[in-house]
Amino acid sequence: MDTRMKHLYQELIIDHNKNPRNFRVMEEFSHESVGNNPLCGDKMILYLKINDENIIEDISFIGDGCAISKASSSMMTTAIKGKSIAQARALFKDFHDMSTGKLDIAEHPHQLGKLAIFAGVRDLPARVKCATLAWHTLDAALKGEQEITTE
Amino acid sequence: MFATQQDHHFDVASIRKDFPILARQIGDKPLVYLDNAASSQMPVQVMDAFAQYHSGYHSNVHRGVHTLSQEATDAFEKVRFKVQRFIGARSEREIVYTSGATDSINLIAQAYGRTFLEKGDEILISNMEHHANIVPWHMLAKEKNLVIRVIPITDEGTLDMDAFDRMLSKNTKVVAVNHVSNALGTINPIAEISRKAHAVGAITVIDGAQAVPHMNVNVSEADCDFYVFSAHKMMGPTGTGVLYGKIEHLEAMPPYRGGGDMILSVSFDTGITYNEVPQKFEAGTPGIAQVIMMGKAIDYMLDIGRDKIQLYENELLEYATNRMRQIDGIRIIGTAPQKASVLSFVLDGIHPHDIGTILDFHGVAVRSGHHCAQPVMERYGIPATTRASFAFYNTRDEVDALVKAIHEVKEVLG
Ligand SMILES: Cc1ncc(COP(=O)(O)O)c(C=O)c1O
Repeated sequence: MDTRMKHLYQELIIDHNKNPRNFRVMEEFSHESVGNNPLCGDKMILYLKINDENIIEDISFIGDGCAISKASSSMMTTAIKGKSIAQARALFKDFHDMSTGKLDIAEHPHQLGKLAIFAGVRDLPARVKCATLAWHTLDAALKGEQEITTE
Repeated sequence: MFATQQDHHFDVASIRKDFPILARQIGDKPLVYLDNAASSQMPVQVMDAFAQYHSGYHSNVHRGVHTLSQEATDAFEKVRFKVQRFIGARSEREIVYTSGATDSINLIAQAYGRTFLEKGDEILISNMEHHANIVPWHMLAKEKNLVIRVIPITDEGTLDMDAFDRMLSKNTKVVAVNHVSNALGTINPIAEISRKAHAVGAITVIDGAQAVPHMNVNVSEADCDFYVFSAHKMMGPTGTGVLYGKIEHLEAMPPYRGGGDMILSVSFDTGITYNEVPQKFEAGTPGIAQVIMMGKAIDYMLDIGRDKIQLYENELLEYATNRMRQIDGIRIIGTAPQKASVLSFVLDGIHPHDIGTILDFHGVAVRSGHHCAQPVMERYGIPATTRASFAFYNTRDEVDALVKAIHEVKEVLG
C-alpha cells in the first residue's frame, strides 16, 4: 500500500469514521454552530455545553462528511470534552497550524496527542479543509457565531 | 459482445505516444488520467504549434502590414474555417473566438439576452446544466425581471421531454441546455429541442463543451441558434473557446466588450462605428497562439476521425460501465441510453472525496465533487459523486486499474 495512504487512512481514523464518538444531537446545549464545506457539500452541526467555570462539560456533533472530516470531528470531541475554553482554543491553534504546515510537530512541542495523526493532510491541500472543518466550527461556536463556511 | 479495438484499426498505443503526460508517474504508479471532462490532455502536435508560432511568426493580428503580422493573421483566421467545418456552421463569420464556453454563454446572455429579452420572458434551462449555463442566465434574469424555469430530468438522467413540451409557451424566449452533461454523460436531443423551441418562437443556446471532444457535431443540422465550447476539453489549450451563432443573431446583437479590433473607426467628432461580425465581438488582443493551437487540436481529432473516436469511446464506456456495475455497493449516477464519456458514481457509505484521494494514491486521476452542477446533486439527493471521464487515449487496462483501485478503497474504508 502507498505510504501516503498508510499515513492518512490509519486504523484510528478509520475506526472513528465508522464509529464516530459523541455523534448525537444535544438537547440542552449552551452553544451551537453549523459548519459547511460547500466544495464537498459537507455539513456538520456542533453542540457544546459549557458551564459557569468555562469548562466544556459536553460536546457532540451530527452531520455528513468524508472519513477525514468525520474522524476529525469525532476525535476533536473526545479531545475537548472536559477541557476549558482556553485549552480548547490552544488545541485549535495547534491543530490548525499542524494541518496547514505551519507547525512541524516533530520539531516543536504541542498538546495534540492522538490528534497528531492528521498531520498527513498538510501534504494534501485539497483535504486540509476536511480535517479542519470541525475545528473551525468549534471556533465559531465559541465566538457565538451560528454558521461558518470553509470557502 | 463488444467488437475488439483492432476491428476498427484504432491504434490507441500509437495515439498515446503523442501525449507525453500519459507516460508520467504519480508516486510510483503510472498515471491513469480519467478526468478528461474537466480538461483533456494535449498531443505534441498541438504543443508544437505554440513554439512554432512564437519562434516563427509571433506578432499581433489584424494590425500590421508587415510579414509577421500577415502570417499571424492568416494562421489565426484559417482556424475560423476549420472550426466552421468542424461543427458544420454555414459561414466562418458565424464563429466568434472567446476565452471558453463560460465566456461564450456570458456573451450571449449579455449581448443577446439584455437586448432582446423583456420583463416576464422565460428562459428554460435544464436540471443538468453546468453552473456556466445557469449563473449568467440567473444574473440576467435578476437584472431584467425574467423568469427562469427548470426542465426536470428523469431518474436515469434524461431530459423529461414531456415536461419540456408542457413548459414551452409563447413566453419562452430562450432554451439553454447542454449537448452532453458533464455530471451525467447524457447526450441530449438538441435537434428536437431546437425544433420545438423554434415552434414557439424561442432560440436555443447549446452548451457543447462536453460534446465536441467526443462526437460529430453539426450545428446547422441541429438548427441551434448558439453553440459554445472550450478548446481545453478537446486536446487544445486553456483560455480559448468558441461561440457559434447564427449570422442573423450575431448581426443583430450589439457588441459585448469594447476596445481595439472590434471597431472600424473611433472619432470624438463623428462617433464610433463597430467592426463587422465576428470581429465586433472580439475586442482586444486575443489568445493568438491558443487559437492556432485549437486549430491543430481540430486537425488532430479529424486525422483520427471523429466516427472512430466515438465508436472507440462508446465501447470503452460500455466496458467500464459493465465492470463498475459488478462492484458491490456502487450506484452509477446517470444511466441514460445515450451517453458519452462520463461515468459518475457513488459508493455505499464512502464519501467521494475519500475515493478521490485514495484513487490518487493509486495514480488514478478522477474528479470528486459536485462538478459545477449542484442542481444535479440536489436532484439525486447526494452531496457529490466521483466521476471518471474518458478520452480516446484511455484504454481498457486503465479501466481495470480504476476498478482495482475502487476495490482497494472498499478494503480500506468499506
Ligand atoms: C458542460 C460544461 N459547460 C461549461 C463548462 C465551462 O467550461 P470553461 O470552464 O472552459 O468555460 C464546462 C466545464 O467544466 C462544462 O463541462
